[in-house]
Amino acid sequence: MHILILLFYIVILFAVVMLHVAYATYFERKIIGHMQVRMGPMEVGWHGLLQPIADGVKCFFKEDVIPENVDAFGFRMAPVVSLAAMVGALAVLPFAPGWVIADIDIGLLYIFAMSGLASYGVILAGWSSNSKFSFLGGLRSMAQVISYEIAMGLSLVGVMLLSGSLNLTTIVEAQSGTFGGMYIFPQIIAFGIFFVAMLAETNRVPFDLPEAEAELVSGYSTEYSGMRYAIFFMAEYVGMLVMSALGTICFFGGWSGPFAVPFFPALWFVLKVYAFMFVFIWIRATMPRYRYDQLMELGWKWLIPLALANIVVTAVCKVLF
Amino acid sequence: MSDTARQTVEVPVATGDEDRYRLRMGPQHPATHGVLRVDLELDGETIVACDPQVGYLHRGIEKLAENRTYAQALILTDRLDYIAAMSNNCGFCVAVEKLLAISPPLRARYIRTIVNEMSRLSSHLLWLATHALDIGAMTVFLYCFREREMLLELFEELCGARLTFSYPRIGGVRQDVSASFISGLQHFIDIFPEKILEYETLIDTNRIWLKRTVGIGKVSAEEALGLGLTGACLRASGVDYDIRKHQPYDAYDLVDFEVPIAMEGDSYARYRCRMEEMRQSVRILQQCVDQLPPGPIVSEDAPDLHMSQRIIPFREARVSSYGTALIALSHKTKPTYPSGDIYVATEVPKGELGFYIISDGSPRAYRMHIRSPSFIHISALPALSEGGLVADLITNIGSIDVVLGESDR
Repeated sequence: MHILILLFYIVILFAVVMLHVAYATYFERKIIGHMQVRMGPMEVGWHGLLQPIADGVKCFFKEDVIPENVDAFGFRMAPVVSLAAMVGALAVLPFAPGWVIADIDIGLLYIFAMSGLASYGVILAGWSSNSKFSFLGGLRSMAQVISYEIAMGLSLVGVMLLSGSLNLTTIVEAQSGTFGGMYIFPQIIAFGIFFVAMLAETNRVPFDLPEAEAELVSGYSTEYSGMRYAIFFMAEYVGMLVMSALGTICFFGGWSGPFAVPFFPALWFVLKVYAFMFVFIWIRATMPRYRYDQLMELGWKWLIPLALANIVVTAVCKVLF
Repeated sequence: MSDTARQTVEVPVATGDEDRYRLRMGPQHPATHGVLRVDLELDGETIVACDPQVGYLHRGIEKLAENRTYAQALILTDRLDYIAAMSNNCGFCVAVEKLLAISPPLRARYIRTIVNEMSRLSSHLLWLATHALDIGAMTVFLYCFREREMLLELFEELCGARLTFSYPRIGGVRQDVSASFISGLQHFIDIFPEKILEYETLIDTNRIWLKRTVGIGKVSAEEALGLGLTGACLRASGVDYDIRKHQPYDAYDLVDFEVPIAMEGDSYARYRCRMEEMRQSVRILQQCVDQLPPGPIVSEDAPDLHMSQRIIPFREARVSSYGTALIALSHKTKPTYPSGDIYVATEVPKGELGFYIISDGSPRAYRMHIRSPSFIHISALPALSEGGLVADLITNIGSIDVVLGESDR
């Protein structure tokens, strides 16, 4: 019986997240559109509201093209690996007190593991596509994820030190539910590092090198079309959601807000995640793209030393006060 | 794996060459600005060798021009640099006028200067849009198109076309400018300097933009001259050469403007030069609008009015209908034109566009060669890009500002 209830929750969570993914694309197009003095989607439904549905249906019914010289197994597996890993990461996110599928003690590490695993999908896609553009995209993704995973992990060590736990629920509770208790204030440097690393982890502008359209056509997804391409797309957006949620939990006090909302305690959490998503999109409309070596330089020469320094300072402060 | 199999496997000794591979960028590629193909030899992401291939858009414009009268060949020049067709038209007209010793009236020269500078602005706007998009800044792209649209609408009002104008003609221009065109242009002149500032706010203050362009595709003044670079690419290397200033045509000797120079010779310097050129273009436009003299818009000797015998009955009517164009469909004409050869260059947005015309005295060119800046700039691509990264090649293609229609002719 317990398992059935859990399955029910998983299905609900999956459905809600997928709906969010679909409409995240819509809001991205609308927001960027308005930032760029145009309208965004307007044709399907009222103000284009049904556009994501139409896109989904279109992708679903497209011919499933597997180019001749690809490694078919890897080519088929890659999008699945990406999406499955990213969706898996959703399991440990606490949306509200008790609203979590798996309240495990190493929640933070689990999310890192899953987001690292998701990059295997990208690498696998680049490798199996047998196209030089995809291959370069895969290589870039590999280097990028390795570098920025470290920076991101180190940036959250400060949060772990302060809360004394890797359990996400405990981290939220450790921030005491008040405005001043949010870890953004003592860990402002860590947040800066986390934010940059978050953009890089999710392959978003200005770190969208694995799919840099000007150089690599579409990077790792060049050879993909139809539903397989859509699955990569979904994985990217679920990744954005997971990273936004992680930022909300670790730095912005998770579900806590100025007043408790009856019936829907996750409201504040959701609003904070939306704000993160908006910033993702805003940055995409504003920034040019980094070059590959500059990205590495930023990661290794700036973010990682800064994160290490932040750990030392946090640890010393924790011992002293 | 068995022992025997293990023995047969030979591990290659790393000399560096084994890591290299070839990548063919284009002709279908989002950042090669049309149908440029670049064959790359890469070591990781570093470009070891770069070999641009052109010709995918070859239409034989030079050959076609041999079978048409000068007036008819004018429409071919629209298809060179289709981003700035008006500049090509004017360049061709200036060349033929020099050959036929025709001097257009003052008003026509001013109008041509106006359309030339508008076309420079529309070309530079498209360059900035695509260059920024190549580097990843997608919002600038749409902002530039917003202003370019205003220019295209003005062109449409002037001559009815938005892409291939054929508006200037040998000895003048086709239609006179209307009052609403002038007021529309004045509106554009008034608002555009602010828009340039807007682009610069988006781009110039951005660290990533600076990192992507400063020091990329560096070329010294000597190298630039050796490679045959012209236009903003040459001026960004510190060579003060602008045909509008040094061999003025149309009304450029009657207006006051500066030639922006940068010394660094990198992509950022080329970007700065073009941005300043846009400001100077606005200045020229303002002066032309203020000074625009009254008078006829086409010379009495314009050859498309009497190039063919059949057109002669219309000559009496010509005086009263300056505004209308009559293009000759001439087949047999007595050689009444000067023979010899002539090279006339004009400053188009991309650089120096030259027409080399050999005339045998007929109303058609015996041979017409087009010195197109894009072709020569593409040939400079290896010198700019080798040793850099793939991402720098994209920056370089963008910053030398090529259009393949002109390169392949």
